[in-house]
Amino acid sequence: MNAGNKMRLVFSARSENESLSRIAIAAFASQLDPTLEELNDLKTVVSEAVTNCIIHGYDNDPNQEVEINASIENDRIIIEISDSGKGIEDMELARQPLFTTLPDGERAGMGFTIMENFMDHFEASSTVGGGTRIMMTKRIESKKALYY
Amino acid sequence: MSLRTEVVHNRNVVIVRLTGELDHHTSEDVRLRLDEVLMKENSHHMVMNLETLTFMDSSGIGVLLGRYKQLKNKGGKLILCHIDSPVYKLLELSGLFKIIDVYDDEVHALSSLEVVS
Repeated sequence: MNAGNKMRLVFSARSENESLSRIAIAAFASQLDPTLEELNDLKTVVSEAVTNCIIHGYDNDPNQEVEINASIENDRIIIEISDSGKGIEDMELARQPLFTTLPDGERAGMGFTIMENFMDHFEASSTVGGGTRIMMTKRIESKKALYY
Repeated sequence: MSLRTEVVHNRNVVIVRLTGELDHHTSEDVRLRLDEVLMKENSHHMVMNLETLTFMDSSGIGVLLGRYKQLKNKGGKLILCHIDSPVYKLLELSGLFKIIDVYDDEVHALSSLEVVS
């Protein structure tokens, strides 16, 4: 039974760790027997959230840390990604598709839109100067039948 | 995890084959490499083959949009091919298909450019 299984990963806010975060979440989620598409969705949203922590939360300061907490409850995976960086001043604006604070950096402004679309539930909370926390969940369809 | 960028020239078209994972970390190198190619070579158009691209996030969308704008300003086109990979869903969500043409493979992409060039 997978209920209550959890993991925590803390790593330096360095861009080379983005792939680490994706692989870790994919490996953790694999016990739910996800489809390739579901696995790719999870990797994509984790990559978006971790990139946000590094670029926006910490302004690329490699001395800072990003934390991922994930848990599996029945057929759902719950993922929390947090930084203790500068925070988001206007969350409503930040969540608008194509909005970016770094237009010169070729940022697409799609991060939150992707997280909202690829996951079943998405929540973001932020304190200016205190950091940002993303909480999202996804039901892994391939195991659905087991819980009816 | 890394990204390999293979660049091939075919007349006035530069063909770019990306293998691996295109994220924030690897996008910096790709951007520099492609900018160098576009500055140096007399290429008007770019065909990006995503057949062996196993992962892409919005940093990759940024790279594609940036090259699209750059080429458009010079009167050229960016074309994508082999997007049947895991990146399809992301490209669709991003709305890139509305501005960038997509073909099955390099041959079809190249023949579409012969009509416009």
